[in-house]
Order: sequence, then structure tokens, then C-alpha cells
Amino acid sequence: MSRRQFTAPTRGSSEPPDDTGCTVLHVDMDAFYASASLISRPDLRGKPVIIGGASGRSVVLSATYEARAFGVTSAMPMARAQRLCPQAVIIEPDHRRYAAISEAVMATFATITDSVEPLSLDEAFLDVSGAVRRLGRPTQIAEQLRDTIADEQGITCSVGVAATKFVAKLASNLAKPDGLIVVPRDEVVSFLHQLPVGAIWGVGDKTEEHLHRLGLRSVADLAHTPVETLQRALGDVAGRSLHDLAWGRDPRPVVPERREKSIGADETFAHDIDDPVRIHRELLRLSDRTAARARSAGMTGRTVSIKVRFADFTTITRAKTLRHHTDVSRDIFATARELYDRLGLQRARIRLVGVRLEGLVPSAVAPIQATLDEPEHGWREADRAVDRASARFGAGSVRPASLMPDRPSGSFRERRDLS
Amino acid sequence: MKFRVERDVLAEAVTWVARGLPARPPVPVLAGVLVDANEDGTLTLSAFDYEVSARITVPADVAESGQVLVLGRLLADISRNLPNKPIDVSTDGTKVNVACGSSRFALREMPVADYPTLPAAPETSGTIAGDVFTQAVAQVSIAADKGDTLPILTGVRMEIDGDKVTLLATDRYRLAMRELTWSPSATDANHVALIPARQLSDTARALGASGSVELALGHGGDGLIGFEAGQRRATTRLLDGEYPKVTSIFPTSVDTEAVVETAALEEAVKRVALVAERNTPVLLKFTDGQVAIEAGTGDDAQASEAVEATLNGPDIQIAFNPQFLLDGLHAVGTAWSRLSFTQPSRPAVLTGQAEADSEPDSSYRYVLMPVRFAS
Repeated sequence: MSRRQFTAPTRGSSEPPDDTGCTVLHVDMDAFYASASLISRPDLRGKPVIIGGASGRSVVLSATYEARAFGVTSAMPMARAQRLCPQAVIIEPDHRRYAAISEAVMATFATITDSVEPLSLDEAFLDVSGAVRRLGRPTQIAEQLRDTIADEQGITCSVGVAATKFVAKLASNLAKPDGLIVVPRDEVVSFLHQLPVGAIWGVGDKTEEHLHRLGLRSVADLAHTPVETLQRALGDVAGRSLHDLAWGRDPRPVVPERREKSIGADETFAHDIDDPVRIHRELLRLSDRTAARARSAGMTGRTVSIKVRFADFTTITRAKTLRHHTDVSRDIFATARELYDRLGLQRARIRLVGVRLEGLVPSAVAPIQATLDEPEHGWREADRAVDRASARFGAGSVRPASLMPDRPSGSFRERRDLS
Repeated sequence: MKFRVERDVLAEAVTWVARGLPARPPVPVLAGVLVDANEDGTLTLSAFDYEVSARITVPADVAESGQVLVLGRLLADISRNLPNKPIDVSTDGTKVNVACGSSRFALREMPVADYPTLPAAPETSGTIAGDVFTQAVAQVSIAADKGDTLPILTGVRMEIDGDKVTLLATDRYRLAMRELTWSPSATDANHVALIPARQLSDTARALGASGSVELALGHGGDGLIGFEAGQRRATTRLLDGEYPKVTSIFPTSVDTEAVVETAALEEAVKRVALVAERNTPVLLKFTDGQVAIEAGTGDDAQASEAVEATLNGPDIQIAFNPQFLLDGLHAVGTAWSRLSFTQPSRPAVLTGQAEADSEPDSSYRYVLMPVRFAS
């Protein structure tokens, strides 16, 4: 779900758009988490629905277009979203379902081309230049895709068709919801130049503000500013790249299968916590989850980092690089805990903690210097057994004793798995 | 205080006592060396940092006895760099004057009263040949942990049982063990001590030139071990704690044995390891007649080399951290090395032997855990 919505520029010509050479497709599910959640709640279709934890302290994961009309956006604190749209129905996220749908959608992409670059669970770039002969023009392929996904998954998506990734992504964003926009090669510049600078990939709030201060409001302004001026204002690399993008120059190819650089999980507490015992327990839970995800992805990492957000929203991260790669829950927890303890916090009030495994390499090529005293069946094997139990009986069916619920559950809310 | 001493005598003496001095001591006086001139014609230098003490007595022409404390490293540097002529040392108020030929140095005198008393060494327990002691300590201390995760593993475990001494160290990835005989003062000598590996190897290196080294582990030394060779004496504080049981680590069976020329394998591993990135292993493929050494994977740089080897048992492929393997090959100290394996995932044992076809010398054993892959 995009932070920014722009209106589509008007086309000069009334001819049907010529998609010759427009082989990059950007496919983006419409309000993915919300649409996926509504599959099992058809009664809520057409109504404002917000996906996220019900507590006022969690954030909005997604919202239906009906809720967005009230100004609800993703990553907005739930309390604020509820004030903006009090009539909205709030649904707890169902990550397992999202993952399943995402996998099915990615499988659909794979039937069209090998050149798929997923950006997240719900969006990807496809380079269809190799599929044109087999499946027809890019626009036809895009329409086919939209139909297939709507039929098979029950959710809609929007597609941008263009010659470059940058323009394709802009186009899909403008096509939302449930739309398709083709930007022919010779219309790229006129298409771009009608957009505000904030539409350009890589222009965030800070840069946008900076550009506005320079009097640059539209992409056309940017395009007609000398590149040297932009480089002075934004730095050599950023200035050059913005100028190029403003003229539709984007040489980045579609790179299949972006490798995950890190795996992690974090947790926002329902109430700020200052009890180190509970923080330790939470670190254990997050380490467990991080390690399990690393194992299921077939990755091991050497750097463990923790994130701690205090009640006043100050956030710190600390990292430690281990001697060897690991995907063992216990190793990750021991390091996370050590990092946390080393902060020497005196009952500081904590809002969020996170654990992350970085420096990932596939397990198959990660060397592990074994120790002389390690038993033939150690924690690694115990983890594997837990994974098998989780696959069969559900996540958490086997877990550390200190994570057994000792009171009615619900004290921890809003889980977010981040990758 | 006033004395004259030969340049070489002073330089050697002060280098020995100042060798372990901390660069940034917690208390300034601990950077000092205590110089004690006695009218009977002896000069005693000593240093102590609460962990390690060192002391040496050398002959000198003492005109006036006395005691001063001066910066140890500075005195060592000065005495090493002076011309080869007699050195005159005398006190003058709060300065210590050092004169040699036409060179003059005035050193600040540090307060002797603040200097800690050196610990008394325990009773002597026996003697070891100097060269054997130095070699044994070097062979074992390589396997001690250099990190700080488990302080107990930074030590070398010394076990004395009658005329048998066993030195052992491990960092959990490899284990080195050396057995040797010595001359105990009492036939029923029985001691176990855990000595910090760094201090032990420093001391052993410095005492190696002496014919024999006396070890003191007996009564009177509370948590200390004493070393004495000629006029040099040292004490080291022992590590406290229970050393892990390691007997079960030695493999009880052997499936494959390979005999290789130590230097050839060491050279080859060193070369091939140049392409092994941090934490990546070298792979050793033993087949009849040779061992092929490989490193590097995929798109990165790769290297391979083969060395002659006599193989007894089935072929085996096993991967090691190159540095750990080199440490063992370097320490084994014999022209030929014997490597014993069971499984590629189980520890390998390295022993030395004098000839390609002689019996292995099991007085030194280096047990090395292989590197495996996560999947």
C-alpha cells in the first residue's frame, strides 16, 4: 500500500497506447493484506476495514480503499486510524494466509517468465521480453495476469506496463485500484513531467521538502534543472539519478530473486515494559521466530542485531558478529540477550524490541567450525525437530518452557514479522 | 646507591624482568622495575603486576647499596641501545643517573614504598630440561583460547603424576596435549595447575636457553606456580576453576590414516589457504598416494595443490579451518605427520613421526575438529 497517491496524467493522444518495447511489468496487489483478509469475510466487502492489531498502540498494516478514503494509511498508529474512521471494522492480520497467497501469486508470475524480481509479499517486477512471442503483447500478458490472479486468488491487482522499472512502478501506482496503465516509450517524458517530484522513486519526505525549497515542484521542473545544480543540492549520486529519472532514464534491469539480506522479527508491547525478565523472555520468543524463519529459508547468518525502542520513541540498535554462521535459536538468543544486557538499562521503559539475523548466506555453503565437545545431537538437531513439529501441529507447538503462557494470553499484541 | 655493570648483563637482565610489564598499568608504579644493589656485588632486578612476577640477580660492582624503582620499559630500551661499555648507575636526589661512555640519562625515581612485595615462590617440585619445556609449552599453548568467552580455556592445564608431566590446552575447536618426563623432587609428586597460556609461553620462551628449569608448585605458593632457571625466577598466578573433562574427546578408533611430509603439507596448505576467505575452510581429499588440498568456492578465487601421502584405510574428504591445521603442523615438530580420521564430521588426530615408515610419536597429539556445512 503506497504512502502516496497521485492522479494519472492525461494522455495527449486518444489512440490506444503502443506497448512496443514496454516489456517491464510492475504488478502490485491492491490493498493486499486487506483484500486477502476479506476473502473469508465477504460480508465486509465495500466497507471500511482496517487490518492491524486492535490495540491503540499497534499500527495499521493495511486498509481497504473505503477506509483509505477517510485518510487511513499503512503504518499509521491504530489509535489515529480509529479516530479518522471510527466505523471501520478492524481485523487482526493473518500472516499465514498472506504468505500462502503471495506464494501462489509468485507461482503465477513464474509461469510467465523466469525474470521475476519480487519486492515484497505483494509486488514484483516482471520482464516479459522473452514471453512476447509465446503469450502476446505486454498489455495482453498483463490483462491475462490480472484475470488469473483475480480468478484464482480472489484478489485484484494493478499493473504498470512500461519500458523501465521506474515508470512501470509509477504506472501501477496510478492504475490503482484494479487497473492497468501502459506508458508507451514515446510518451514517457510527457507522462513523467506532469507528475509532482514526490512521485519519483527515491524521493521521500525529506528530499521532497528539499526540492520544494528549491522551487522544484514537478518532475518537469526537475528535468529542466541543470544536473550540476541538482548534484550540488543533493549530492553527486542522488542528483544525477534524479535527473536521469526525470527524463525517464532508468537502466536498472529486472533482477530475478532478490536475496534476503536479513531476517528478523520485532514486537511492540501492549504497555511499555521495564521488567528485564519479560524483555529477556520476549527476546527469546523473537530469537526463536527469527531462527525458525532463517531455517525455513535455508539461510544462516553471522551477525545478530537487536533493536530497542524506548517509551519516548528513541530507537537504538546493537549488533554483534559471531565467529561462525548460525541458524540455531539458542545461539541467536544468547547473542541478543548479551547485546541487551550490555546496554545496562536501569529499568528503562521499553516500547518495542526486535531481533534480526544478518549477513545471510545459504546454509549449504555456510561453513561451521564444529566444537570438540558438541554432542552428536545438539541444539541444531533440537531446532530441526521443533521445525518438524511446528510444520505438523502449528507454530509454537513446541517452545521453550519460559514461553508457555502463564496467564490468559493477550498481554502481547501486534506481531509483525519483518524480512 | 651506586654501581657499575656490563651493558650486556644489564640489558639482558632488564629485558627479562620488563618483558611482562603492562603498557598501561592500572597503578603507575606497576610499570616500574625494582633495582636492588647489594654491597656483596649483586644486582637484583624485579617486577610484579600482581599476576606475574619476574626476578633476576646479576653480578655488579656495587659501591653503595640501595634500592630504586624506575620505569621498566624505558630502562630496557635505554640499556639495549647504549654502546657496549660499562654502565654506571647512581642516584641523585629524586633522579637516577645512567651513564655509559659519553651518554647520560636521568630517570625519574618512582616511590619504592608504594611498590608491592613480590610473592614468595612455592617449594620446588622438580626440574625439566629447558629445551623440552620450551617446545612442549609452545606445542600446547597454540590451542588455548585467545578470546574471553571462557576464561578457563585461556589456560594450559599441567598435570604432574610422579615423573610424568602432561600439558594440555583446548579452545573447543582443537586440543593439544604433550606428555613428557621430568625429574620430580619427590617420586610421588602430584599436582594439577591451570596456567595462563600467554604468560606461560612468554616465560618458557625466556627460560628456554637455560639447561634446566625448576618448577615450583609445592607448599607456600598460594595459587602460584614458580619457575627458576639459573639466576632467573618468575611466578605466575594460576587460573581458578574446574577444567572441562577432555578424555572423551580423543577418538577411540581410527578408520583412515595418512602419513605426509610435514613441511610439504604445511607449505601447500599455506598457499591454498590464500584464497580461503575468513571462516572458510580448506578441503583435504585423501586418496591413495596423495592428498589434494582445495579452497575457494563458486565465483570466488579458487586454489588447489596435491601433496604425496601414504594412505591406510578408505579415502576421506575433510575440511578444516586452515589456520588451525597450520598451527598443528607447525607445532608437531617432526619431519613427518600422521593424520588419523574416522568420519569427515568427527575429530582428526595429528601426531608426528621421525620417518615416513616409523612408528608415530604419541607424546604430542593435536586433535582438530573439522569444519562442516550447515545443511
